[in-house]
Parts: sequence; C-alpha cells; structure tokens
Amino acid sequence: MSEMNQAMIEKYRSNFLQEVEANVEEGHWVKMCMQCGVCSGSCPMENNWDHPPQELFMMIRANKRDEVLSSSSMWMCTSCYNCIARCPRGLPITHIMHGLASYGKRMGLAPKEQPTVKFGDIFWKSIVENGRVNELKIGVGLYFMNGFVQGIKNALAGKELGLAMMKTKRMNPMEYFGGHKCKDRSGIAKMLAKAAEFEAEHVAKFGK
Amino acid sequence: MAKKEYSFYPGCSSQSKASADNFMRSANAMCDALDIQLNEIDDWNCCGASIGYAGGSEIPRLSLSARNIALSKQQQGDKDIVAPCAACWIATREAEDRVNENAHVREGINAALGEIGLKVEPNQMPKTRHMVEVLMEDIGIDAIAKGVTNPLEGVKIAGYVGCQTNRPFGIAGESFENPQYLDQMIEACGAEALNRYEKKVSCCSGALMFSEPQKGQALVKDIIEAAYDGGADMIVTPCQLCQMNVESYQRDINKTFKTKFEMPVVYYSQLIALAYGKSASEAALDGQIIRAKKLEEKAK
Amino acid sequence: MADMKIGAYICKGCGIEDRLDVGQLVNTAKRDGKAAIGKDHEMLCNAEGVKMIQDDITNEGVTHVVVVGCSRRAKTEAFSFEGVHINRTNIREGVIWVRPDTDEARETTQEMADDYVRMGCAEAKFSKVPASSGEQGLTRSLLVVGGGLAGLTATIEGAKTGYSVELVNASGELGGSSAREYKRIPHKNGLQGPVDNDIDQLIAAVNDNARITVHLNTTITKTDGAPGRFSVELSDGKSLTVGAIVQATGSKPYDMANLPEFSPENPDVMDQGQFEAMVKANNGAIKKSDGSDARNVVFVQCAGQRSEKPGHLPYCSGHCCMTSIKQAHYVKAAGGDATVIFDDLRTPGATGEDFYRSGQEAGVAFSKGEVASVKAAGGALEVGYTDKILAEESTIKADIVVLATGQIPNSGPNPYLPIELAQAKEDKDDALVAKIEAELEVQPQPILNLNYRQGTDLPHLKHGFNDSHFICFPYETRRTGIYAAGPVRRPMDDQQAVEDATGAVLKAIQACENSALGRAAHPRSGDLSFPSFRKDGCTQCKRCTVECPFGAINEDEQGYPQYNEGRCRRCGTCMGACPVRVISFENYSIDTVGQQLKAVDIPDEFDEKPRILVLACENDAYPALDMAGMNRTEYSAFARVVPVRCLGSVNVIWITDALNSGYDGIILLGCQKGDNYQCHFVKGSEMAHIRMSKVDETLKTLNLEKERVGTYEVAITDVDKIPQIINDMEKTIGEIGMSPFKF
Repeated sequence: MSEMNQAMIEKYRSNFLQEVEANVEEGHWVKMCMQCGVCSGSCPMENNWDHPPQELFMMIRANKRDEVLSSSSMWMCTSCYNCIARCPRGLPITHIMHGLASYGKRMGLAPKEQPTVKFGDIFWKSIVENGRVNELKIGVGLYFMNGFVQGIKNALAGKELGLAMMKTKRMNPMEYFGGHKCKDRSGIAKMLAKAAEFEAEHVAKFGK
Repeated sequence: MAKKEYSFYPGCSSQSKASADNFMRSANAMCDALDIQLNEIDDWNCCGASIGYAGGSEIPRLSLSARNIALSKQQQGDKDIVAPCAACWIATREAEDRVNENAHVREGINAALGEIGLKVEPNQMPKTRHMVEVLMEDIGIDAIAKGVTNPLEGVKIAGYVGCQTNRPFGIAGESFENPQYLDQMIEACGAEALNRYEKKVSCCSGALMFSEPQKGQALVKDIIEAAYDGGADMIVTPCQLCQMNVESYQRDINKTFKTKFEMPVVYYSQLIALAYGKSASEAALDGQIIRAKKLEEKAK
Repeated sequence: MADMKIGAYICKGCGIEDRLDVGQLVNTAKRDGKAAIGKDHEMLCNAEGVKMIQDDITNEGVTHVVVVGCSRRAKTEAFSFEGVHINRTNIREGVIWVRPDTDEARETTQEMADDYVRMGCAEAKFSKVPASSGEQGLTRSLLVVGGGLAGLTATIEGAKTGYSVELVNASGELGGSSAREYKRIPHKNGLQGPVDNDIDQLIAAVNDNARITVHLNTTITKTDGAPGRFSVELSDGKSLTVGAIVQATGSKPYDMANLPEFSPENPDVMDQGQFEAMVKANNGAIKKSDGSDARNVVFVQCAGQRSEKPGHLPYCSGHCCMTSIKQAHYVKAAGGDATVIFDDLRTPGATGEDFYRSGQEAGVAFSKGEVASVKAAGGALEVGYTDKILAEESTIKADIVVLATGQIPNSGPNPYLPIELAQAKEDKDDALVAKIEAELEVQPQPILNLNYRQGTDLPHLKHGFNDSHFICFPYETRRTGIYAAGPVRRPMDDQQAVEDATGAVLKAIQACENSALGRAAHPRSGDLSFPSFRKDGCTQCKRCTVECPFGAINEDEQGYPQYNEGRCRRCGTCMGACPVRVISFENYSIDTVGQQLKAVDIPDEFDEKPRILVLACENDAYPALDMAGMNRTEYSAFARVVPVRCLGSVNVIWITDALNSGYDGIILLGCQKGDNYQCHFVKGSEMAHIRMSKVDETLKTLNLEKERVGTYEVAITDVDKIPQIINDMEKTIGEIGMSPFKF
C-alpha cells in the first residue's frame, strides 16, 4: 500500500484535511469539531491514548499526516460510542476513529506491533474464510500473535479460562478443526473482494 | 398473547457451544415462555463486529451486514430482523442507515452484493431490532411482570447495561446516561435492582479485552467493584460481550489487583426464564463460569 | 384633607387565631393605635372580609386602613382600596411563622404582634394619600440620538406606536457602521451564511415615515427639563419638545495603533472595519494593499481585548467572533483560505451557533490559540501563535491579517468627574486630583448637553459604556426618561443592538406615559408620591442635590432644591441625606418611620427583653425575611422590622432616636454596594454605608458600644443569613448588656 500512500501524498500535498474528507469514513465531519473536549472526557481509555479525538482533529487541520495515521490512539477505541452520544456537535467520533485507523492501515502507516492491529487482522481473516467468527481459532491466533514461545506461555496462562469455557459448554475444542461457518463461503469471499476493489478504485480515482 | 414472529439473526457468539451458548439456551426458554417465535436467517454471516474496521474498511464491512439484510428480505420479506447481540444490532442498523443516506456507499455495497445476486434498496429494508426492543416495545414491561410465576424475591442485582445496547442508538425513550429498562426487567422478575449502580453504562473494553487485556481488566474491575459497593448478589447484562468480559476474567483480575471477586454475571433472558418457571438447566445456569447460586436456589 | 379615621382589621386566618390573642390585638389597635374602628375577621382576604373593609370606607368614612395579617407582599389585589391609605401590618410571615409554637414563646410572640399593630397604626397616622403634582403633561414625541442600526430601529419602532420621533444624526448619512458592511450576519437561520446588507431598506422606511423628522449634520446644544417635558436645542437653531430620549450613539473600533506587536503600520494588517470596507469596495474580491489578490487571510480574535495588559481592553466586545466568521466567509467565497485563531469562540444563541457551523462547513479553519506576533516576512505576513490544543508554538503565513480589536463606546464625558475633582480638591488628595485631571483631558465632547446639576451626559457604568442597571433593569439609566441603546450601553452585535433599541424605545414611551400621570418609573413603578421640602427649614446645604443617584434635583438661583418630579425615582435618598429633615413624601417621611419606632413598647431594663430595630430594604431584605417566614426559620422575638424604600432613605435621626428611646440594637439591611452594586437605586446602599460609618461618633457621645448598630449588605437570596444576623445581634446584646436608655 505504500504506492497508494505516495499517490495520496502527492494528490493532496499539504492538505491533509481534504484527504481525510475524501478518503476516511465519515471524514467530512472532522472540520465541524469545535474543540470542546467532551469526547476526551467521555472516553474510557483516557489514560491510554497519546491524543484524544479532538486533538487528532486539530492535528489533521495542522497537516500532521504521518503523526495522525501512524498514531496508536485510534486503535485504543473500544467502540463504546460514549463520544458519539455526548458530542454537542453530533460528530460520529467513534466512526471517524475507526475510519482513521483503517485508512492508516491501508496506507501502510499503522503501528506494526500494535496488538489491536494484529488482532483485527486475525478477526477479519476468520470472517473472510468462514463468513463467521471462529472464536477458538481467534483465541489461539491471539495467543500466538507475538510469536511461538510467547504463544505457549499465553496458552498456558489462559488454560484455566479455556477449561472453564469448555466445562460450561461455551467452547468446543472441535471448533479448531472446522466448526461454525457459512455455506456460501466462496460467495462471501467474492463479495468482500469486490467491495475492497470498489473502494480502492474509488480512492485512486476520485478519493473515497 | 398472540404469537409474535420475527426474522432472527443470532450472531456468532450465540451459536451452539460458542461463548454465549448459555444466552441462546435461556433465550429459547424465554421466548417459549413469552410466545415469541424466532425464524433464523438461513446462512447469515458475521456482522464484522466492532473490530471489523481494523481488517475491513467501510464498504467491505458494511457489505457483510447488507448481505444479512438482503437474505432476510429474500427469505422472510419485511418481517423485523431481531438481533440479540448489540454489536450485530448496531452494525446492521448502521449499514441500513448508510445505505439509506449515502449514495456512494450504496453503490459500493450493491456492486459487492451483485457478485452473489443480491441487492439492497434505500428505505426498503426490513427493520433490525434488538431483542430488548422486542421485550420492551412489543410485549411491554407490565405484560412481562404479569406472567411471572416464580418471582425472584430477595435477589439483589446490578443492572449492567454497558455500551452498545445503549449507544449510539439505545432503546427509544431511554437516556444514554441512566437507562431504566434493565432495572425494570429485574423488578418485573421480582428481584431487587441496585438503586444507583455507578458503572451501569461504563465500558467493559469490548474487543480490546482480547488485544489489550491489562487495559480491559482495569475497566472491568471497576464495573465489578461498583456492583459489590451497592451490595449486589450478581450482575445482569443484555450484552454477550459484556457477559464474557465481566464474568470470565475475574480470576485474572483477582490475580492482578489482589481482589477476591466472585460475582456472577447473568443474562436478562435467564432471569425471565426462571421467573416464568423454567428450570435451572432450561435457563442455562449451568453455563455460568461463576455459578449464580442465588438463582439456582430460586429455580423451579 | 378630610378628618383622619383609622380602621384596623385583624385577620384570624392562616393560624393567627391559634397563636395570638386576637381580641387583645383589636384592643391594642384601638387603645394605643387610636384606631376609630377595630375589627377581626375569620379570613380577611375573602370577599366577605374585603367587603367589610370597603363598607367601613364607604359608610363610616375610614381614611386609613390598617390590615393586620399577612405580609404586604401577599394578597395585594384583595387589599387594594381606592382613595385611602393602606398599611399592611405583617403578623403572619413577620411573627407567627418565625416564632416557635410553644407555651414559653407565647408571651413574647404576642408582644411582637402587639408592637406591630401599634407601629402600623402610627405609620398610618402620619401618612397621606399621595396625589400627582401635575408637573408635566403628555408629550407623545421622542428624541433619538444617533442614526445607526440601533438609532434607526428605535426611530421606526417608536413611530410605529404612533409617537412622533425626532432623529438627530451627527453625520450627513444614516446607517452608521451598518451602512459600511458588504454583507450582514443573518438574524435567523445561521446556517445560510452571510446575507445581503439591507440597511438601505430601513433608512428608506425612516425617511418615508411622516411621523419621523430626520436632522442630519446636527448635534444637540442643550437639553433641559424632565421626562414628559424635555426641551432640546439643536445646533441648527431649532428647538424641540420631547417626552423622552433614546441615545444610540454607537461605538467605534478600538485603535489598533495601540497594538504594536501586530504590526499595525503594515497596510495588509487591518482591523475588521477596514477589511469590511476593502471587501465592499472590491465587491467581494479580497485584495491586498498593492491591489493583488489575497489567498490566505488570518483572523486574529481578541486582538488587544479580554486582556489586562496596558493598552488593551479588558472586556469582550461581543460581536467580533461572528464578524470574523462572516468575513472568513467572504474569503472562502472568493476562493481563498481563511483561518480564525481564537481562544474562546463566542457565538451566542442558536443563530450564532449555526453561523459558526456555516463557517466550518464552508471550510474556514478554526484554531484555538493565542497570537503573539504579526510580522512582515518575504512579501507576506507571518502570524506567530501558541496552538492551545496541540500545545506548541506555531506560525502561519498570511497575505492579509485581520485584527478583531473590539469596540469602544461613543459616550459623552463622565458627568461625575468634575464633581469628584471638586471633592478631591476639597479633600486635598493631590494624587486623586492629578488622576481625575488626566481623565478629564481625554474625555469626549458632550452629546446630550444636559442642563442638570450632575453633569452634561449619561453616567458611565464601566469602561466608558453608558449607564444601565445591569442586574435588574438593563435599559434603565440614572437619568430617568433617557435610555441608552446599542453598543453605547454595552458591547454587542447587530442583532442585540436591534433588540436593545426596541426595548429602549418602549421604555421611553413608558416614561412619557408614566410621567404624564405623575407615576414613577421602576423600581417603584406607579408610585404617585414625590418629595417636597419645607423651604423655611432648608439651609441650602446641597446635600440632596449632590446625593440624588438620579441627578433629579437641580438648584434654583438661591440654591434651593428643584425636584423635577418626572426625573425622581422615589427612593428617598434625599430624605435620608437631609440634615435638617425638611424633605418628605406624603406617605413616607421622617415621621412615618420615626413614629413607628417610637410606638414600640420598650420594656424595663430588668425585664431582660431587649428591642432590636431592623430597618430592611423593601426590595431585597424584606422579601428575604418573608421567605424566612415561609420556611419557618425562627428569629429573635425582640426584633421589630420596618421596611424602608432604600437604605439610602434612612435618616440618621432614626438611629439617634432609637438609641435614645432605649433600643438595644439596630440593624440596617441593604443591597450590595460598589462597582457590582445590586442596589435598586444604584447609590442608595452606598450612601447609607457612608452615613452609618459616622454613627460611631453618635454612639460615642451616648457612651454606647459600637456593636449596637450594624449595617449589612444582603441579597434576596439570603434567607438564612438574615435571621442569623438578627439572632447574632440578640446574642451580642446578651454579652454587652441592655441599653441604659430605657425610661
């Protein structure tokens, strides 16, 4: 995606706000922020991000493209929607956070070792393959996302929870070898491929 | 009560032997008691959940929900789609809104759906509703209370609404900051709702519990602590992810924070099933990692 | 006046009968109060009770009605009898509701009520029913000074009511700063962005109205008289008679030459007025001083405003945020980039909020920050600022920088400066003399040229803005019948100026109609009483003419006061000031209060029953005491409360008399004084505090402790504090002992 990244830099030059408006989900709302900070005060992850939403919006206006798109702050979003519920200006902040994260990732700028970035990939892969989520595979994937040795450690630490889940019939070990999936998996894969293609074409040609 | 029929979108976690298996079993018992029939959408797919944005961007993610809508329409016409999972519910509703309002998104989604011979049209999609909406709006809290045969007297319960059942859409007529419906359900079942549960609408960290467990557990710790502060015997929730996050990591939280939590976390569907005289096993009380002993004692 | 006949009527309702011996109260009224008729009734405010009183007025010739029951603030409509004096003696809120219902308290509670009955009758005995002086007739004509948006609005709105309006404008063209606008801010639906300037329609409507006379290139040389009979002389030799005046002389931008840090000498650094004129001249194109197109325009909000730095304005000018958004729209419409650097963006109201959004939607960039410098840099300008969100120093390039420098009022000179100067010279305070003289140097030219004892123009409130009773009566000035409207009164935007002018002209009309009937403006609206003085006792000391908060009193050739009823607000500050006690109102005088405090039964020193006189301002302190009663907050049974029109009306003789007749403590309750005054009469409370500071001397000559007299500033909300003040006085008396002056 770095080619796309280069193309976007050239296309929008020093106007990152325009780029966000064109390419980021709900990005046209960014300019409507009035810097009141209610979102920051409403975020459950307030101790964990570098930049609160309203600051990210200001950074966008200040053309801090790399700083924004490579920030881990958006990846802290738990999707609690408190910022949306409280924003006096009605900005869909949760969606904008998701959009910025996703766009940063497509531009190849998302932080590589960020656990939610990796988890997101594992999760999406499960959907693309099966049409449905395979909780066990995702869990195992999670354990091993930082390498094999760490994975074994994680798996051992999580062993008791896994056993408890199995005991209460809320996890099936056989799931790993098949499990729940959609019938029309190839159709879903085609659909998702077409959707991604539509989006990429559009961004390349017109933005968004 | 005449039988009420809906198109049903169970979602991944409610599948058999998935993490909310106990929800689905109790929900079946509850629907049986309330004369609700759920007709599952054939070959439904994952909604993308709240973490879907990370791997799939706007159009692919929304296409997933659009496929479910289109399938429901194809199979069950304009019948309301009922989703018991908050993430499924809001993802599907968001897709519906976006298709209605945004021509560009609509074009992309229909291009994708075209690959499998489906299509969505603005303002012609069936409505997607949360199971709680069905209970509160179609049946009504008074009617629910009226049918109770086994009141759960003497059980004090913290109604933990969480985020996504409450925001951004919420249940009509409720406030974002202090919704009442869950407390009303608790009271309808004959139990006692915690009067002021400080963490009623706080976040359990959602999907970040998996990728950022330390950060997630810190949030859950406060949720459980507030329930203890109010003298609750247990927590009840309408959300599958909340249930999982708040119940199943208590052992880890105890280790990290040197706490001694052992707070059962149950579903509203379990309360209603029990209050309507269903057995402990029908209400899936055996699905609790932390046993809800007070409910087991009450079960018929 | 016909023979006086007092009728006292004691109500038994609301629990009074259970708590008090009503028969004894009737006897007290007859025996001590000299009431010719004394009656009680189950529920005096019902139709039957009211009829009983009315029958006595009609058939028995009762001239003074003493209603003994609830507070004067309750049941005012029931107890409104024509042509008689009405006293409301308060034994409900003032007695039974503030005393405990116990056997021990019964005796002192009864004594309290008996005293109030005596006081009520005494007040009635020394009161007359006021009648208007007939000093002024009805003049349905207004003078509006200033032909900008506010003045034009006042003019057209006044004419719409049927009044004739004289509009005096110093320049040759109407419209003021509004006429120089390219577009204006919308008055509704802010989302639409700037709309066409339609001031020419308002000007045409004024020019075409037969009831309006426009005087261009004209100023006022003299204004004399009072509401209802102002006579005004103009620079063109014409004379006018008007009933009331609206001064809408507007504002001007603060001079950016005072802000060297922003390079005001650079021709591409402009204030908002200059930028507006440039855009209007270019019909929407944004041009630099050299005629080339400007791409980037930066708007600096609060330039030299809301700042305590020397040479800066300490206040917010109210309109500049909206004006900059409007002008940023011009830049976006012309295809340029506009950045507004603000600290707090203030866009009041739903329209303002939407207008802000319209700017954001148009792509105007809004940055929260503080601008430190504007410098020329390579053929353009560079703005240095602190970004307050990103917490970093930043710069931005600009072709044009617009400074929001705010507005300063076009007021006349501060009328009190010469008086203060004379006082300072008398006090030999050289530093103050120098300060006032320096201020006098820079005072503007007079506008109204009032022929008043207290100066040529409206008093200033703060920062040179003209008068307003900002808390209670925002349109009211200290010159009755003259109203300031628009940004000469306080900083404001167009829409607020339109509302302000509409309100002010209605006040002006009210002043005309009221003065024709001899009625006061508020806070004593409708009052027909007015001060008069006994000439043979007057020593021409000028205390009343100087202390009147409203400049109502002039002096005749011999130095005697001339009252000008129409200007008077009936506060009684003159009465409180008069050292020889010759000033009085028909129904409010040295006697109406003095005889009340003398009517109180003062028990023997050894009875251990002190008496505390409470003189309570009727505007705040007295209602607060009523509310204490409603809350059943107890206070001392030894307090005797007398409402006064304003603490400024309290004459020191009352204090001296009270001390001499054996009161053990005296409490004066007035409103907040000083710069943030809440006194309804602006200066009354302050005057009282100054006078009471001199009471210490009196106490010393009587060999009494100074703790026996306390003056307090209270508010209507001090419902718990005031009973506490009274109880504390009882405690203090317990500590220092009873007054030795009991006979």
